[in-house]
Amino acid sequence: MQARVFVTLKNGVLDPQGKAIENALRGLGHEGVEKVRQGKMFEIELADTDADSARERLQVMCERLLANTVIENYRIEIGGQDAS
Amino acid sequence: MKAAVIVFPGSNCDRDVAVALHQASGTAPAMIWHGDSTLPDLDLVVLPGGFSYGDYLRVGAIAALSPIMQAVRRHAERGGAVFAVCNGFQMACEAGLLPGALMSNAAGKYVCRHVAMRVENTDSPFTGGYDAGQRISIPVAHHDGNYFADDATLDRLEGEGLVAFRYDNDNPNGSCRDIAGILSDNRRVLGMMPHPERAADAALGGTDGAAMFTSMVETLS
Repeated sequence: MQARVFVTLKNGVLDPQGKAIENALRGLGHEGVEKVRQGKMFEIELADTDADSARERLQVMCERLLANTVIENYRIEIGGQDAS
Repeated sequence: MKAAVIVFPGSNCDRDVAVALHQASGTAPAMIWHGDSTLPDLDLVVLPGGFSYGDYLRVGAIAALSPIMQAVRRHAERGGAVFAVCNGFQMACEAGLLPGALMSNAAGKYVCRHVAMRVENTDSPFTGGYDAGQRISIPVAHHDGNYFADDATLDRLEGEGLVAFRYDNDNPNGSCRDIAGILSDNRRVLGMMPHPERAADAALGGTDGAAMFTSMVETLS
């Protein structure tokens, strides 16, 4: 089973890399780029066959390692379906 | 004082802090590999600076899951002292020994220089050798030293006197409320971004950090 986990910075948490990318996009001449926030995406292949239990396990993985919930939010997608 | 320095793959200040402890106490600390799962009976555990696991995923995140960290957590829960410097501070936050998190420096740059900081709390095994409000100069060397916690946590840290050090009009990383170092609730765990072990001998260009090591030796022995 294929899963994706998206980890993004919480609102209000400073993102210097996102800011630099935003400025670089403007520097390339792209108009109307109002804000860029950088995040991470993990592709995870699981041996699970049950989507519900896979989601539960992924949630534990996010809380324990993939995200730091002091500063980050996470979203889980299983087989292309948003399951957060 | 029975002290140990934990060595992680990518630690690079483990020997510096061992030399500073040795000079202050007359005894060399034990050097313990992160893959070990038990600690001997200790007065002090040091989580040293460096770039454990190449800062993969998030600074300190992988190291916080090393086998030895369960033993470090048990040591802290028993009231044992933990001195966490730079990457060690990042690990201590990731491991839940201290609240908050260390983020990328606000300017997006690695900073390596002496900074001015103020001693805010002198009532801990680490800071008893200073006067309250004393201004000291200690080097920093980090890319991710921007201390972040929500306002409720920051208010609590300040209200309970758990801010150990603050940058004194010289914040190199954009940390919340100029915080450079914090203490745990029982004041037995200290996390700080600046490196006192790099300012503990005149040959290194400064001695403002030496009082921390003599204080630890006096209080924890």
